[in-house]
Amino acid sequence: MTLAKRIIPCLDCENGRVVKGVKFVDIRDAGDPVEISKRYCDQGADEITFLDITASHEGRQTTIDTVRDIAGQVFIPLTVGGGIRTLQDIRDMLNAGADKVAINTSAVKNPDFVREAADKFGSQCIVVAIDAKKVSAEGEPNKWEIFTHGGRNPTGLDAVEWAKKMVANGAGEILLTSMDRDGTKDGFDLALNRAISEAVSVPLIASGGVGNLQHLVDGITEGKADAVLAASIFHFGEYSIPEAKEYMAGKGIVVR
Amino acid sequence: MNRVAVIDYGMGNLHSVAKAVEHVGDNLQVSVTADEKTLLNADRIIFPGVGAMRDCMGEIKRLGIDDMLRRLVEDRPVFGICVGMQALMQHSQENGGVDCIGLFEGNVNRFAEDMSGEDGERLKVPHMGWNEVKQTSAHPMWKSIPDKSRFYFVHSYFVTPANHHDVVGESAYPEMFTAALAKQNVFAVQFHPEKSQTVGLQLYKNFLNWDGGT
Repeated sequence: MTLAKRIIPCLDCENGRVVKGVKFVDIRDAGDPVEISKRYCDQGADEITFLDITASHEGRQTTIDTVRDIAGQVFIPLTVGGGIRTLQDIRDMLNAGADKVAINTSAVKNPDFVREAADKFGSQCIVVAIDAKKVSAEGEPNKWEIFTHGGRNPTGLDAVEWAKKMVANGAGEILLTSMDRDGTKDGFDLALNRAISEAVSVPLIASGGVGNLQHLVDGITEGKADAVLAASIFHFGEYSIPEAKEYMAGKGIVVR
Repeated sequence: MNRVAVIDYGMGNLHSVAKAVEHVGDNLQVSVTADEKTLLNADRIIFPGVGAMRDCMGEIKRLGIDDMLRRLVEDRPVFGICVGMQALMQHSQENGGVDCIGLFEGNVNRFAEDMSGEDGERLKVPHMGWNEVKQTSAHPMWKSIPDKSRFYFVHSYFVTPANHHDVVGESAYPEMFTAALAKQNVFAVQFHPEKSQTVGLQLYKNFLNWDGGT
């Protein structure tokens, strides 16, 4: 009996609609996060991550309503990220049915926010999302830095040290995105994932760059991730969750 | 009418438990409550829990839920979940040591740091994700659930019952630990059935049809 490695499809949503296109041939509304979440759940996804990119304050209520709709119909864990700035934001999402919240920019702005959140709601529901970019030159020892605002704003924070600090502050899980790889389909930054996974005691979700099923395998075997997150390869129907699981199992990875 | 009460002591996401129960049952009345009268009127009790044990037990004692539970288990089915299961033990190691309700003899201990799996792979804490549950004893709550089905876990502490015959399910991380306990009218699990898709929903369905006992 062994814990299975998790496969997590990710939905990017704005004002309650999925914004990075989803192309399932047989669903009625490809922009409906509830319908898409149900589809992934039925296919055997191990969790769902919902990233909210709604900018406006008014849009937050729509997001809360969407999370409530998903949670009422999908009986697997649901993580909600994007715009989590206050303890009230976390409470709103948990009350709507989210199991975990992902905190990114707010943690960089105020690392104690993670500590307060973990004290209040428990580490099990606090995921710290880290966007990292390689800053070392060719031939130098690897070094990655934390960036915010979609990779535009450098922070001067070393990614490995930052991850350790976030876990010390109570993060129960790390969601790690390589800004160099995100959207490239070149695969995860394996050295980055490995460096952070080996530095922290909590589970690591690898994100950013998945283009094929071997990339998922590499994230686990080489990147030492406990879970792999992907969006486009699943959304565009290139691969289904069962195909991903079958492929990974064929490579000796324990999946559900 | 099947009246189900989910005990609310301010810890964790009880609505997902209530939603899962509503999803599988007909002619139900599900209340999320700490009200003594509502609890005593319920046919079945669900006792969930999330968060730190010190805070959980603090609220349980403040609201008198420990005494209520001792009465409720006498004559109706009770389903403990995650920290709810742990709170049914005598004592937890968490937060420097916390006395718990004591419906089951035994303690709650933390997974060791630096554990590794069979292949030498480092095992993270919390134990988070889908793991197999071996049904070590037959029980009406296991009806229509295949042995070694995977359920969703997220926890850093696990129960160690003093009486091995209370154990009805085990999992491994990497050592075997208790995933399900049962005694008379109580059935309790370490995992989250409301997050365990089909097999989890089946467990709630079984609970709605279970009249207690084994």
